[in-house]
Amino acid sequence: MSMHQRRLDLKNGCVDLSHGAGGRAMAQLIAGLFHEAFGNEWLARGNDQSAFDVAAGRMVMTTDGYVVSPLFFPGGNIGSLAVHGTVNDIAMAGARPLYLSASFIIEEGFAFADLKRIADAMGEAARAAGIAIITGDTKVVERGKADGVFISTAGVGVLPQGLDLSADRARPGDRVLLSGSLGDHGVAIMSKRQNLTFDTEIVSDSASLHDLVADMVAAGGQGIRLMRDPTRGGLAATMNEIAQQSNLGFRLLEEAIPVKPAVAAACELLGLDPLHVANEGKLVAVVAPEVADAVLAAMTRHPLGRDAADIGEAVADDHRFVQMATSFGGGRIVDWLSGEQLPRIC
Amino acid sequence: MKYADEYRDKELAIGLARAIHAKADPARAYRFMEFCGGHTHAIARYGLEDMLPANVRMIHGPGCPVCVLPAGRIDMAIALAERPEVTLCVYGDLMRVPGSRGASLLKAKARGADIRMVYSTLDAIALAEQNPSRQIVFFAIGFETTTPPTAVMIRAAEKKRLSNFSVFCNHVLTPPAMRAILDSETPIEIDGFVGPAHVSTVIGTAPYEPFARDDGKPVVIAGFEPLDMMQAILMLIEQVNDGRHEVENQYRRAVTGSGNQRAIREVAEIFELRDQFEWRGLGSIPASALKLRPEFAHLDAEQRFVMAELVVADNPACECPAILRGLKKPVDCKLFGTACTPETPIGSCMVSSEGACAAHWTYGRFRDHQRRLAS
Repeated sequence: MSMHQRRLDLKNGCVDLSHGAGGRAMAQLIAGLFHEAFGNEWLARGNDQSAFDVAAGRMVMTTDGYVVSPLFFPGGNIGSLAVHGTVNDIAMAGARPLYLSASFIIEEGFAFADLKRIADAMGEAARAAGIAIITGDTKVVERGKADGVFISTAGVGVLPQGLDLSADRARPGDRVLLSGSLGDHGVAIMSKRQNLTFDTEIVSDSASLHDLVADMVAAGGQGIRLMRDPTRGGLAATMNEIAQQSNLGFRLLEEAIPVKPAVAAACELLGLDPLHVANEGKLVAVVAPEVADAVLAAMTRHPLGRDAADIGEAVADDHRFVQMATSFGGGRIVDWLSGEQLPRIC
Repeated sequence: MKYADEYRDKELAIGLARAIHAKADPARAYRFMEFCGGHTHAIARYGLEDMLPANVRMIHGPGCPVCVLPAGRIDMAIALAERPEVTLCVYGDLMRVPGSRGASLLKAKARGADIRMVYSTLDAIALAEQNPSRQIVFFAIGFETTTPPTAVMIRAAEKKRLSNFSVFCNHVLTPPAMRAILDSETPIEIDGFVGPAHVSTVIGTAPYEPFARDDGKPVVIAGFEPLDMMQAILMLIEQVNDGRHEVENQYRRAVTGSGNQRAIREVAEIFELRDQFEWRGLGSIPASALKLRPEFAHLDAEQRFVMAELVVADNPACECPAILRGLKKPVDCKLFGTACTPETPIGSCMVSSEGACAAHWTYGRFRDHQRRLAS
């Protein structure tokens, strides 16, 4: 039997069940598409796992799944989103991300060209973030058993000495800093959903935040109590989570919260509250009042924190209410999103 | 955001709040019902309550079509969606509306019923064209504002000769519900109404004249921006102070006395009054809802699928009937915030964010604790 193997037809070919069967086709897909895109010394060795040196200090680990629909959206695709999202989960601990794993569940019939765009975007996002995707897995399921491709990741990073950020560390009097405008990712996704056609210039804010975080940590150190990236459920969910974990309340100022005019207009049209809409390149930090100015200044100096703002403060409150002074002059609660606003946003 | 921010201006709001405080007579109470859930939502979201004097109280009316849809109609929709040949198209906010015994369209969808969330009537038409082997049913719901789009959809289905398309009609009417509230057995303490502007862009202001003339209740038709609401409240206070009871139009930028004649004509050609319709929280109200005329019976899902009318009693502990009439506040209900929350709504007022209880829970419940602390 000839050992000749036809090249992957990256232009017109598509994934079939043999690409997940453990045979030669799978090996070819992994080598020809994923290794090509992720290109690093660990993958080149072709093992089922990768060994790496551990830096001194405490490690952090996270895991995440990506099922976003559509797979391609203004400002990114499921691949870049998977890298940014995992990097950010590590970065929110104040940690420096090091390595990622990526597991793909691919639907039979999925075009190689699309898979390549996704893998290339992952590789590019990883290189831009200074990290490597060092191990992975590929499964193929029958047509109709998945929706194109789903990606699961894990990530590890290392914490700077002495840093311990956690959502139970907020204290009354702490300031709340937000790194930029709300709702860009959610509205970008909505504008692409097939049954929701309206034109906006909004692109997803999907980005790796660890570099911004490093600048913030340098400026504020342990004065930073905690950081969170307000993804699903938006800023409202994040603030309520922190209020629960730290057993206090928050007072936010609506006027101080940046929302782009086009995002505000789209939310108005759709009856959404920008505070409930997902972000993929924003963070909120609760910081001790004495370091707030320094941390905010570090944020605004960074391109991803240009529009950062001090949006309110933590207050003692047994009811753990997140309250907001509305820009109209009244007051209201900022509650959790109830029910499902938008399925499969990330 | 052009054309919206102008109506949310803080300085103008402070000016209007001052005028309201100056005009409101401290010796009396002002109890105004904003009929529409859109107004309820605006009041809660912008925190208007904080800007009104203590003796000016807004009572949140039943004007949210999702909230007042009774459990029986949801059960009927679920039974329809469970038919293997049917794809039911609904607006997203209907998904969690409770039917009987904890049922909902969301749960029916999870169990396998083909239920699709759509954003416009046109999506449903497109779905019918793309899926000729499926029976596409559109769950039509709403007050007078959303009836004309349903009428347009029915015309389009006729024109395209769509044999796999029909409508489950749940359109309801504003004036009969206001009439039911005013005529209820327990005396209602309402000094005036804020009428919904979007309804009046269709029906005009004339249908409210009887409430002013015969019942002596001032009515101000108002827009949905917070400044619109503040201005309408000021206009109502002035009417009360002057002893006037008129229908006034705050929303002159879009509302006329006689409404949109073309829309009214189109609706009248396609729909006719139901004798009775059940409202969650208000009970059965005569001539308060629409159904398709016999000429359009072939597009009426209730006829095509011979749907049996289901009536389910409201939870007896639920205080929605009293809350919708302004007799009680959400906190007066023992289910509020315990068994009944936006995640597990029981009564109509908790069903959508436009309901009185949901708005208070989501945006305003911190005030209950402030009041408790103050006393």
